[in-house]
Amino acid sequence: MGSTLIAEVAPSGGPADAPSYLDVTGNEVVFVLIAVITLGAALLCVTSSNVVRAALWLVVSLGGLAGLYLVLTAELVAIVQILIYVGAVVVLLLFGLMVTKAPIGAQPALNTRNRPVAIVVAIATFGLLVAALVDAFRFAYVDLDVGGQGSAETIGGALFGSWVLAFEVLSVLLLAALIGAIALTRRDVGAKGHR
Amino acid sequence: MHLLYPLLVSAGLFAIGLYGLLARRNLVLVLMSVELMLGAVSLNLVAFDVWLADVLRSGQVLTLMVIAIAAAEVGLGLAIVLQLFGQRATSAIDDLDTLSEPR
Repeated sequence: MGSTLIAEVAPSGGPADAPSYLDVTGNEVVFVLIAVITLGAALLCVTSSNVVRAALWLVVSLGGLAGLYLVLTAELVAIVQILIYVGAVVVLLLFGLMVTKAPIGAQPALNTRNRPVAIVVAIATFGLLVAALVDAFRFAYVDLDVGGQGSAETIGGALFGSWVLAFEVLSVLLLAALIGAIALTRRDVGAKGHR
Repeated sequence: MHLLYPLLVSAGLFAIGLYGLLARRNLVLVLMSVELMLGAVSLNLVAFDVWLADVLRSGQVLTLMVIAIAAAEVGLGLAIVLQLFGQRATSAIDDLDTLSEPR
């Protein structure tokens, strides 16, 4: 029933071999469950009135994103996501919140007066993206049973084979960012008598 | 899996990050919203990489690079925030309007 319904709606030219949206697979159920956690945590992260809780909701959201990568068979990316985002970036953000003496308790004034405009812009962006994506990728189907597409061996081979120049440039960029951060925060470099 | 599932999740994550970017007052919270938007872009890259079954794995390799650049960006951003806090004793973006038109 469902497949005939989709087939009637489908314009000519759409691939006929894509399964119906009503034939939900186990992968899709797991993906949707983790996606609900990820999106809910992201929403709480941007609406929480407590800055430390917002950072901890960001941990949940980025961890859920790693779970989504795992469902999409990108194992190495999921592990790197947890190592770098949850392990380093959020710790840095919490460090920044502590050093700038952000009040730990709930704060009513964490949002600017742009908030209504921000809601409108976010909803409009979401609507535009959804309309474009649904129109373009209705029949695209990912075969997740191939396996080994995101293993450390495959990605490492690609990274140190085809993409080794980009990798090296990226390491120079990281070094530059490191030196820049040190130069920005050290008190005894830069213009004399500035502070 | 239909490609639309990751794409719609990514669109939602991007919209949430955009809302946080525009609505938040604390500079560190704005940086966190940027991280959410970068995560949405990375999810898109991984989904398209798996869909296209690219031999060079360009989507996942680019995702790894986006993650590394995000780490560098947060490091530099926080250095700027700390410097700003040392000079102005605030991290609220409303108060940092020296370069704006006089109201």
